[in-house]
Amino acid sequence: MTDTDKDTWSARLFDHLIEAGVRLFAYVPDAGNARLIELAEAHNEARPVLLASEQEGVAICAGADLVGGRAVLCMQSSGLGNCPNFLSLVKGGGFPVLLIVSMRGDYGEQNPWQYPMGQAVEPILAAMGVLSFRVERPEDLEPATTAALAAAFRAGKGAALVLSQKFLGAKAF
Amino acid sequence: MTSGRAETYPLRRREVVARLVADRGELLVVGGLGAPSWDLTAAGDHPLTFPLWGAMGGAAMIGLGLALARPTRRVLVVTGDGEMLMGLGALATIAVQAPANLAVVVLDNERYGETGMQATHTAGPTNLGAVAAGAGFPVVGDIFDQAQLEAALPRIRAEPGPVFFNIKVRAEDLPLVLPPKDGVHLKDRFRAALLGPAAIE
Repeated sequence: MTDTDKDTWSARLFDHLIEAGVRLFAYVPDAGNARLIELAEAHNEARPVLLASEQEGVAICAGADLVGGRAVLCMQSSGLGNCPNFLSLVKGGGFPVLLIVSMRGDYGEQNPWQYPMGQAVEPILAAMGVLSFRVERPEDLEPATTAALAAAFRAGKGAALVLSQKFLGAKAF
Repeated sequence: MTSGRAETYPLRRREVVARLVADRGELLVVGGLGAPSWDLTAAGDHPLTFPLWGAMGGAAMIGLGLALARPTRRVLVVTGDGEMLMGLGALATIAVQAPANLAVVVLDNERYGETGMQATHTAGPTNLGAVAAGAGFPVVGDIFDQAQLEAALPRIRAEPGPVFFNIKVRAEDLPLVLPPKDGVHLKDRFRAALLGPAAIE
C-alpha cells in the first residue's frame, strides 16, 4: 500500500465517522491509524484523545454515550489485549463501543512476538460480545465501515472494524 | 483483615460522600466499582449517578468521556484507592486533556473493601495525590479531616480543573447499600434524565 492509498482510505473512513457523529477519537498511536488521527487533529470539531493504555478508550466510549456523544477507540491489535475487562461495558451496559483495530500478527507478519495477540483478536472479540467487521481488500472498507457504525450507534452493540495486514500491508520488522 | 492506621482515620466515607453530592444541582456523577458506589447509593440513588459494577479501573476514564462530550456540565468521579490504582495511566490521560469540568475524588481507606479488606499500595508508601500531581493535574489536594473536607467541597464542585482530591477515610466494613444492578437500566435512566426520553427510544 502506498502513502497515497493510505491517505485515501483514511480520509474515507474519517468522513464516515464524522458523518456518523463521532467527535472523540481515543487512540494509542499505530502506523495503521496515524493518518486518521492527523485528520482528527486537523478537524475543528473532532478531538483526538491520546491514551496511556487502550482500555481507557473503552471507558471513554461509554462515558461519551452517557451524555449523548460518540467516540471511537483506535488501536493496534496488541492493544485489544488490554481491553477485555473494560469490554464488560458492552454486555453489562449495552454501551455502543466502536473499535478500529489495525492488525499485526496476521497475514505476512514477520515478527513472531506479534502473532500471539494478533491471533487472539477474534477470540477475544467473540468472548466479549464485540462484533467483528473485517477489511481484507480495499473494496471491503466502505461496507464494513457502514456495518460497524450501524451495529455500534444504531443497534447499541460493541463493534470492531478490523483492518487486516492484507489490507494495510505487513511491516518489515 | 489488615490492621493499621486507617482504622483510626477520623473521616467516615458515608458522611463524606453525602457531603460530596448534597444539593448536587446539575452534577453528573460516576461511582467506582465497590464501596464508592454503595456510598453514593446510601446518599440517595439518582438517575444522574452512574455506579460501576465492573470494568475496575475505568471510573476516572468514564468521567473523562462525560467531561469531554459534555463540557458544560460538572462531572464528579467518586472512586476508591484500589480502583484508582488499577488505572493510574488514566490520571496522565486526563491531565493531558485538561477538562476544566472534571473532578476526581478518591476515598482512600487503604483497603480492597469488597474482597476482605486487604491492604492496597496506599497502606504503604504510595500517595495518590502525589501521583495525580506528577501526572499533571493542576488542582490536587489531600484531605484528612473535616475542616479540610469543608474547605475542599466548593473546589471539588466548581474550581476549574481537572481537580483531584485524595480523601483518607476510615477503614470500616459497612452495610451494603446497592444500586440497581442492570447496566442497561442504569445507562438508560442516565441518558433519559440528561437528554430526554427520546434518547432511549
